[in-house]
Order: sequence, then C-alpha cells, then structure tokens
Amino acid sequence: MTNQNKVLNHIKTYAVTYLFIALSVFFIIVSGLDMNYVASQLLLRLNRNAFIVLALIIPIVAGMGINFAITIGAMAAQIGLLLTISWGVTGITGILLAAGITLPLATLFGFLIGKLLNRMKGQETIGSLILGYFANGAYQLLFLFIFGNFIPLSDKVTIVGATGVQNTLNLTGSVGLYKALDGVLQVSFSLVVYILAGAAVLLALLQFFRKNLTGKKFAAILILAAVLVGLLQIPAIADVFSGAGGRQLIRVPVVTWLLIGCLCVFNLLIMRTRLGQKFRAVGQSQTVANAAGINVDRTRVIAIMLSTVLAGWGQIVFMQSDGIGTFQTYAAHEQVGLYAGAAILVGGASIDRATNLQALIGTFLFHSLFITAQSAASNLFGDSAVGEYFRAFLSYGVIAIALVIYAWRGAKKRKSSVDLTQATKE
Amino acid sequence: MASEYILEMNGITKEYGSNAVLKDVTLRIRPGEIHALLGENGAGKSTLMNVLFGMPVIHSTGGFRGEVLLEGAPVKIMSPMDAMAKGIGMVHQEFMLIPGFSITDNIKLNREISRPWPISRILGKDLEFLNRPAMAGDARNALDAVGMNIDEYALVNGLPVGHMQFIEIAREIDKTGMKLLVFDEPTAVLTESEAAQLLGVMKEIAAKGIAIIFITHRLDEVMEAADTVTILRDGRLVQTLSKAETSAEQLAALMIGRGEDSIIHVEQRGEEISGNVAMSIRNLWVDMPGEVCRGINLDVRKGEILGIGGLAGQGKIGIPNGIMGLYEAVGSVSLFGQDLPLNSTTAALKAGLAFVSEDRRGVGLLLDQSIEDNIVFSAMQVHGEYLSGPLRLKNVRKIREQAREMIEQLDIRCTSSLQAVGTLSGGNQQKVCVARALMLKPKFLFVSEPTRGIDIGAKQLVLQTLVRLGREQGMTIVMVSSELQELRSICDRIAIIAEGKVAAILKPQDSDTAFGLAMSGAKMKGGEAV
Repeated sequence: MTNQNKVLNHIKTYAVTYLFIALSVFFIIVSGLDMNYVASQLLLRLNRNAFIVLALIIPIVAGMGINFAITIGAMAAQIGLLLTISWGVTGITGILLAAGITLPLATLFGFLIGKLLNRMKGQETIGSLILGYFANGAYQLLFLFIFGNFIPLSDKVTIVGATGVQNTLNLTGSVGLYKALDGVLQVSFSLVVYILAGAAVLLALLQFFRKNLTGKKFAAILILAAVLVGLLQIPAIADVFSGAGGRQLIRVPVVTWLLIGCLCVFNLLIMRTRLGQKFRAVGQSQTVANAAGINVDRTRVIAIMLSTVLAGWGQIVFMQSDGIGTFQTYAAHEQVGLYAGAAILVGGASIDRATNLQALIGTFLFHSLFITAQSAASNLFGDSAVGEYFRAFLSYGVIAIALVIYAWRGAKKRKSSVDLTQATKE
Repeated sequence: MASEYILEMNGITKEYGSNAVLKDVTLRIRPGEIHALLGENGAGKSTLMNVLFGMPVIHSTGGFRGEVLLEGAPVKIMSPMDAMAKGIGMVHQEFMLIPGFSITDNIKLNREISRPWPISRILGKDLEFLNRPAMAGDARNALDAVGMNIDEYALVNGLPVGHMQFIEIAREIDKTGMKLLVFDEPTAVLTESEAAQLLGVMKEIAAKGIAIIFITHRLDEVMEAADTVTILRDGRLVQTLSKAETSAEQLAALMIGRGEDSIIHVEQRGEEISGNVAMSIRNLWVDMPGEVCRGINLDVRKGEILGIGGLAGQGKIGIPNGIMGLYEAVGSVSLFGQDLPLNSTTAALKAGLAFVSEDRRGVGLLLDQSIEDNIVFSAMQVHGEYLSGPLRLKNVRKIREQAREMIEQLDIRCTSSLQAVGTLSGGNQQKVCVARALMLKPKFLFVSEPTRGIDIGAKQLVLQTLVRLGREQGMTIVMVSSELQELRSICDRIAIIAEGKVAAILKPQDSDTAFGLAMSGAKMKGGEAV
C-alpha cells in the first residue's frame, strides 16, 4: 500500500472522528465561551463519563455491538446507591458499599441480558437498546412500589405518608456521597501534566535501554513530552489552567483518574489472556470459534456480564461527581447507554472494533460539543433551545451513521466468489 | 500395534426417516496410509464423515447402526470435540480461520500456551496470560512441517487462498496425539503447483504414521497420492481397492456405475441434430456462490435437448442462472444470432428465454398464490398478457381458461385452479413451474434440476413433457441435472461441467468411464469443448 493510500484509508476509517474534531473547534470558537470554562467542564465530564464509555469495549470486541443494556448496569448501581443512602453510610465507605451491592446485582442482570442476546444473534445492538427501555419499566415498579412496601427503607429516601422512593435524593451534606471519590485528592492540571510527562520519559528510557523500544519511537515520546511541558510555559495557555485573572484553577481528581486508568489497563490486559483471545475469536467468527471448541454462548455471556458490572461502577463514578449532587431517582440512568454509545462511535470505534483510546477521544469530542452547543446555538440562531435539540440530534445521528457505515462496509466486504474482472483478461 | 487398522467403521447404516443414505458401509484405514474416498454427490461421503465426527445432525436424527473402532477398540464419538480429543482432525473445505488473527493465533486457537499467575490460579485458566513467543515457536514448527516459510506473525487476512489451506493443515498437525486426518476436497481451491505441494505434504504427514482420509473427485490426484481407494455409490460400498491394482479409468467407471434402468425409455433420435446454432455462449463467467462458472464455451443447436451435467459445486447451475440474469455474469451470449444483454432478467425473458429454476420454492413460485395466478404471472408481467380494459386489470376469465388447459395438459393434480401452490406436492409444483415457463411461449427453455425432490411418477411425467416439447414442438431445451441417468435417457448431447468449464460434450451412449473421467475434470481426447 502506498503512503497516499494509507492516509486516504485512515481518513475514510475515521471520517466521523475528523468531522467531530472540526465541529468541536467550530463550536468552541462560535460559542465565545471562556477557554478556562470549556477546559474545566471538559475535564469534569471526561472524569465522569469515561469509565462508562470504557465499559463498552469488551462486548464490541466480542462481536456483540454496542451494549446499550449498560443502562441496566446503571440501574443496579442506583439500587446500590439508594440502599447506601438509606442505611446512612457515608464517604468512601459508602461508595465501596454501593459498588459492593452493584457487583452481584449487575452480574446477575448481565447474565440474563447475555442469555437473551444469545437468542437474538446479529441483533444485539438493537436488542440491548430495547432491553434497556424494558428494564426501565421494571425499575420504576421496583422504586415506586416494591421499595418501601416489601423492602424496608429509611424515611430519608421514601416519600413520607405515601409509597415509593423520593423523586430526587440529595447526595451532599450529611449523606456524604457527593464527590466522595473526586474529593479525596485533587492536584492542579499542570502538575498532572508534569508528572505524566516525567513518568512517560522514565518508562521510555527504561524500555529503550532494555532494547524494547526503537530509537525513533523513543525520540517521539521525548519530543511529545517536551512539547506538552513547553506548551504549559506559554502564558496564554498556562492561564487557561492556572485560573489567573479571577478564573478557576483547574484541578484533577486523582482517585477517579486512577480508576479510569485502571480500567484502561484492565481492558488491555484482559485481551492478552485466554479469555481475551476467546472474545476476539468469537467477535470475528462464531463459526470458526465454535469449530475450535470455544463455547461461543458462554464467552458472549461473560462479555456482557463484565460490561454490565463495569458500567454499574461507572455509574457510581458518574453519580458522585454529577452536577450539584442530586440523584434523579427515576431518570438518572435513562441516557446512559445512548450517550456512552454515541461517544465511543465519535471516537472512531465501530460496531466491531474499539480501543481505549477511541473511547477516551470519543468522550472528549462528544462532550466538547455538549458543552458548547447551547451557547453556540444562541450565538448563531439567537435561540439556545436549538442547542438542546442539537444534542439529541447529535447522539441519535451519530449512532445511525455508525450503523449505516457498518452495514455498508459489510455489504462491500462480502467477497464475491470469483473476480469477474479476471474474465476479461483471459 | 494392537490392531492392523487405526480406524474401522463396520457396517455403518444411517437413515434419515425412511430414506437410507448409508447402507452397510465399511471403511478400514491403516496407520500411515492415504486412503482416498471417492463418490458422486449424494454417494454418502459426507454422511460417513458426519458419523465419524459425531456431528449433531447424526445424533439428533436417531444415530446410526454399525460400529466404529479406533485402534481396535470400540468407541462412541458423540461430538466433533470428542472426535478431536480422540485424535481425529479435519481440514475443512471452507476455511476455519479467523482473518483478523495472526497465523500463530489461528494455529493455536483455543489451545493457547499460557502462563498462570496468582489471580488465574483462583479464577481459572481463562485468565492466564498468553505466552506468545512459545505459541509462535509451535506455529513455526508446524509451518515448517508443511513446507511454508511464511512469517508466523502475519495476519491471515489478505493471504493467498492456497496459504490458508496450508495453515489449516499446520493447525491440525500441531495438535498432539493426532492419529487420523480428514482432508475434504483440499485441492479444490489450489493452483496446480500448490496442489502438487499439498500432495507432497500429505505424503510426509502419512510417513510420520498419521493416517489420511482424502476426499476428492480428482482421479489423477487419487492415482498420484493415495495408497488405497474406497468408492461409494448411492450410499453403498462399491469396492475398496489398492491403488496398485486399479486405474483412473476403472475408478471413473466404478464411481458412475450403471444405475437402475432408465427412468423413462425414449427412442434415440436417428440422425444427429446438426441444425443451426440456437444459443452460442462464449467465455461466460458467473459469480454464483458455490456454482461459479469460469469461462464457459458452449453452442446449443436449434431443436435439440442439451443436457448439462457434472458434480455439485462445479458450476453447472451457474450457467442458466447467469444467462437469465439472476447472478452477476460477464461474457457474451447470443440467441438466434442476436446478442443477449447479460445481467438483466427482463431482457432475457423478452428475448424469448424461459427458465424453470432449481429453487422451486424460493425463485420459482409464489407459494401463497393460486395455481392460475402462478401460471400466468410471468406472461402477465413480461408480455402484458391477460390484462384487459383501460385499467389493465386481470382478465380472470381468460386466465382461468388458460390455466385449465395447462392443468389438463400437464396433469397437475389439484382440487381447482384456485388452490394455493404451496399446498401442492413437489411434483405438481414443478409442473406449475413448467406451465408458467410455457406460458411465455419461449423459443428456448432452460430447465434446472427439474426432478429434484419429486417422486418417480412425477419425474416420468416431467421428463416426458420435456421430450414432447422438444420433439413435437421443436423447442430448444437445455436441461441441467445432477442425475446423469436422466440426462442420458432424454438428451441428445450432454455437456459435463467441471471446475467452471466445459470438460467434455458426450453422447448419451458413451461409456461410464468417459462420463466419470469428464466429471473428475480429467482431460479427454476428442471430447474437447466446442
């Protein structure tokens, strides 16, 4: 393949990503928002959403498409949070308790979802989407009727004098769950960049002397680190993060970032195990995997179980960080699958291919549009409501495009049994 | 060695319902021999292999009778996994490889070498990390054994088809304890030099003491590589021969055999038809999955019944489907001197062609519609007949009259012309298909597998109808069929298709050997394609 072809192919594969990069830049400029605000919001949203988006990777690799049923994992997490609040457990302990309750619930739900999706092979994406809607009904019943009536809860979370759980729950104050992870340790953004750059250089140095790294790659890492550190020395850029001029100092919640990092490492490591090899094999060809003696159905169920549990934990990360610390009991899970699915697709993933980097880039781009859409729309059209519509249009549009591109590529890939152009040559 | 044979399958009988597909077949394989398994389609080769591998299709339909002995000890093989564990491997005709995986990962799929660590000791082997260098080492050895000096880390995607075949073999011989390997038509997709290399590899494997069952239809390869040959026909064992005491000609004759007497008896035409050319096919390529044509050259003479025969998958069905525009085709076809545009079914129908498809229920019929609607459907759509009035409504009266006539003429057994076609028997459905083709008043009729799945009485009727159309009405008919006996009873000439090309054009009275050799793709003297 020539270089030119390589570039063309790359652009074709990542057309959606490049489109969104262009859109993001355009929106940031048009919105006229202060860069300090944009940067702080972006980091905050990356911090909140990345974990859930990363939970989508394993089912994609296992050939099950985008698991919109992570919504159900989120529901499991919300049950965990509700019980934690009801029992009055606070802080990190509370978060751990909620995660602990989520684990068996999400495992069970994931098992059931996996079993069901095995009965609708080829339709997993749409199947999981509908399953999410269906589960919403069961969730409402659980929170409106069963909790309180059959499963005792404290008065802190139920509607006194009526039945069901309160519409909104407070995570702040004495409940002590708001920012329970984010708040543990926060350091300034520039410090994080310095530390990361330093760590990268050290690691690269080690690998270089062990001869695991070519000189070219080593140089590239050194230059990248230098550029990042150098950029932060430019006053205009440094000011964005430092909060000079009465703006906010941008800080990074270290524990949450570490968790996200751990999940990335987990995703990488699992792919290097026998189980990961099974995921990939089943994802690429169920027939071949089956012929090699892999239990295809079991592998798929495991993929969905992992994804559901991870999404549940992701929802806890999201909830403790979201907004002003209120828990919309009946609605918090509703858009989880949709936004996460759209985000990973924007990052360049497809129905059958996804990486950590794509998930992170996608989250970043998708939310940069989310932050700026409203202001950009009111500047362009004089109406901020347009921005609101644009968000919905964006999420569904991206998913539709991804599905169409996938179907289109599949149709092109279906090899014909004989090359008819050959005929004319003879 | 406890037993002379590594595998013995004694008196295997398998019935699907009342239909016996294997009748008392015995197959005995010695260690380290290459044992060719020969037979036409439907002879029972694949069913025998399904029994050997314990495929679910066998066990879910009531199992089989007879015994299987492995190294002298009776065994019950309940699943393909079970067969694998007992040292029986398969090199598939369709590749069982994952394109996005490296060669190493494919060879070691689900047999990965992995390293345990504390967590995997608790949670199970699935979480052990892969030991890629060790896996690559094994893959390298297996690749060397099959004579492939390709990079073991290369992706399978994009490799030439021939390489994939060798990777499959490398994977099988990498399995420990492999005693018996089944090669299912391994050379079908290979070039000549690759096929020669493959035969060499097979001999090397056999020399190591692994027995090989070699399923093929290429007699020259059998003569080249096999030690012993077993021939099946119609689910029965014909003979097991040592190669030294046989010849390709004998094998060809045994494979075809004189079946039961002709289904119908038709007087051969006295003089040869030497009339004008009705259809001339030049360099026709058709992209029909599983039935690819690779450069067909054929002339059909006016007024003759031309048979097209050959084994399944060789491309005979691709010819009518390609010309009728149902699958993508290139090449040139002329009909009565006029060029026929390809890839357009409408143009083909308008030019006076009609086609009775082999896929009766899929392509041929509207199953929920009445007999009369089915009969006139094509004529109505293509020629705008049986429509009347300014709104071009169906002329029900005329349609019914016409349908009655056809029902009588072809003896379609039904309650009335309004009966839904889906409720008719297979033979009567086939007659409706023929009736519909006739309503187009074709000058040229393609009939594909007209007797597939219908009973003997209906077969006779369909064949007699074709003969009558040909002889009495002078219609030119091309009949494609897997049943050589049928072709030999009604056709004037028979073209045998092998590997997408015309292998030979034979007369019905030519010898079984000639037919057998042509079907196996061997070059024939004097049987050149026209």
